[in-house]
Amino acid sequence: MASETKGNWWIWKVFWILLFITAFEVALGIIKPSFLVDTIFLGTKLINHVFIILTIIKAAYIINQFMHLGHEKVTLKWTILLPALILVPYLLFILLNEGFYTYLKI
Amino acid sequence: MDEVLDEALVKDHKPAWKGGDQPYEASYGKLMMWFFLITDTLTFSAFLASYGFSRFKYPDIWPNPEDVFSHFPFLHGEHPLLFVALMTFILIMSSVTMVLAVNYGHKMQKKKVILWLSLTIVGGAIFLGSQAWEWGHFIHGDKGGINTQTEHVVHIAEGEKLSSVYELMGADGHDGTHHHFTVDQVITSLEANPQYNIRKANRMYLTNEDAIAYLRENASEVLLGANLKNNEYGHPLFADYFFFITGFHGFHVFSGVILLIIILINVVKGTYERRGHYEMVEKVGLYWHFVDLVWVFVFTFFYLV
Repeated sequence: MASETKGNWWIWKVFWILLFITAFEVALGIIKPSFLVDTIFLGTKLINHVFIILTIIKAAYIINQFMHLGHEKVTLKWTILLPALILVPYLLFILLNEGFYTYLKI
Repeated sequence: MDEVLDEALVKDHKPAWKGGDQPYEASYGKLMMWFFLITDTLTFSAFLASYGFSRFKYPDIWPNPEDVFSHFPFLHGEHPLLFVALMTFILIMSSVTMVLAVNYGHKMQKKKVILWLSLTIVGGAIFLGSQAWEWGHFIHGDKGGINTQTEHVVHIAEGEKLSSVYELMGADGHDGTHHHFTVDQVITSLEANPQYNIRKANRMYLTNEDAIAYLRENASEVLLGANLKNNEYGHPLFADYFFFITGFHGFHVFSGVILLIIILINVVKGTYERRGHYEMVEKVGLYWHFVDLVWVFVFTFFYLV
């Protein structure tokens, strides 16, 4: 195991990254800079895209570091990631698109 | 033929998928935990995607999360996001203590595993307590609302600022008694206090006279608090998703705490010491990080976006 020789510093590094990103998100959510709130991009406010990107970065750190997937065999990595990477965007596309469609139909 | 088979059983065939005879180089248990987590990922994705569906279907009248989750225990006034931020911090912290427990498990340091595993359980318990408070607050309600025939919940305002049904009626919403108001009482009170008006579900503010006329025509009942059928915050689906998604996540946290307690007992008894490895701690650790991972997404899509 790589972690046996690495010690604990990497755990705290990931902790500070996750904490910093969360604090940044909360600060953005409270301040709500007008150029992010008023700009609409791809059907939603720009600030929401910022939140989603930051969330995916946080998720990547949790999966890669805390869940150790980054240190597993490449085959295992893709076996686990591919179903989610293919199905979740597809599900989101269908449901969000249909949601907007039903809104127009009212 | 037999020679080939024997060789396959004895020798580590490295190139085969590069994991040798174990293509994934992961134990059966760990692999199955990962497969379970994939199915759970898809379940939570479906919940959050259907939340998105409803939000895109009712974009004009969907409640603002920061109007709903704006309170902090023991503090007065509006503090949007702070309490969920604290809950997120608690869960990230408990994830860190979990990694430390797994790490010391690799090093076979029983005492440190016990310490960090116990702290993880404490973190999980605090998170569950916070969620109970959040649910209690959500169910009790905050500002009150008035339902209309089209299920467009409207709110009492003072000029261009949100007020509350309690303030309009001169009642204390947090005195522990069960309040009940009728639409007629609210309209009478609006007539007597012209500084009050309403904010419609699409966040348009009406003048006092228009508010009274609107309520006379459309109002059906005064809503205080939330349940599965109606809620004072807005569209009924909002509360349904809140209860369902945070409830399902909370159930995962609860199961996680139970699993952690079971493996803590085993660690104390020395079960894994005798087994020669702490892989069970690692497997439950995977589940625990997954619970944290789901919360990261719930936090974004329920409270931030």
